[in-house]
Amino acid sequence: MNASTQAAADKLKDRAYSRKEVIEIIRSVMGNIDQSSSENAKLHHELSTLATYIENMRSELAQLRSIEISHNHIPTATDELDAVVEETAKATGAIMDACEKIEKHAGDLPAPAGPEIAADITAIYEACGFQDITGQRITKVVKTLKNIESKVSEIVSAFGNVQDAATGGQSSAKEDKKKADGGLLNGPQLGGPASSQEEIDALLSSFDK
Amino acid sequence: MAVDKNMNILVVDDYQTMIRIIKNLLKQLGFNNIDEATDGGSALTKIGEKPYGLIISDWNMEPMTGLDLLKSVRGSGSKVPFIMVTAESKTENVIAAKEAGVNNYIVKPFNADTLKTKLTSVLGEF
Repeated sequence: MNASTQAAADKLKDRAYSRKEVIEIIRSVMGNIDQSSSENAKLHHELSTLATYIENMRSELAQLRSIEISHNHIPTATDELDAVVEETAKATGAIMDACEKIEKHAGDLPAPAGPEIAADITAIYEACGFQDITGQRITKVVKTLKNIESKVSEIVSAFGNVQDAATGGQSSAKEDKKKADGGLLNGPQLGGPASSQEEIDALLSSFDK
Repeated sequence: MAVDKNMNILVVDDYQTMIRIIKNLLKQLGFNNIDEATDGGSALTKIGEKPYGLIISDWNMEPMTGLDLLKSVRGSGSKVPFIMVTAESKTENVIAAKEAGVNNYIVKPFNADTLKTKLTSVLGEF
């Protein structure tokens, strides 16, 4: 490789290439291949297939309606999940407001009613912890969706305006919503590497031995 | 030695619901001087303003995690009892917290009995 080619390669190596540039590079390489030998003819054929594959990718992305995924579906899903967190926080706050009022009155009641109500209020406080747990899990899902949105946008950007290349695969907005809603029905994975309180206690105790 | 129920306690969590739950449970146990912080930075500010007898902190906060807060507290030379309350119950997290100087670790979701058991473990009988 001569110095000017090396300089050009160094200049380009740290950046992303557009679909068009990649195809131009492939076609340029193909143009310089002497197809007289069978090996070179095979290489030429493989590069030609690769170029066609990349060309086709654009229309395949269009069929997937990836712009709608990154611009509409994912933002809508994340907004809805954010709203779930917000609404459950409000509802939990209202429940706890009521509990705090009841707890004050329970303190004035004689046994067994007073202590029994206080115990029930404690159980409600404990149960309200669901909002913290679900909120954290939903926040993780939202972050994942935003990451996917970013990656899809990058792919769409690399392949140009794929929407213009749309030739088929059009589904109705109603179908899309149904698919999106269905995808949200699967909750976050539970269990797995997580440990129970008993396992944590045993682990902590092992430090004291 | 009897536990001083007038001690200052700091509850740190970025979810207001969890702060309220812990505060209410602590009040039921007789602790009334309870401050709150919704992030590690404001927790450190409060810790610098008055002495605390106990810190109860969530792990999963941004930008400063509960582990970062714990390290910062221990880095200042403080030996204040520190309980981590978190859904982050992976073994490596527990080990990291222990190595950073946590006194005990409560896994969410938890109940009042678990909180009392952990407080007794850290502070003594009350």
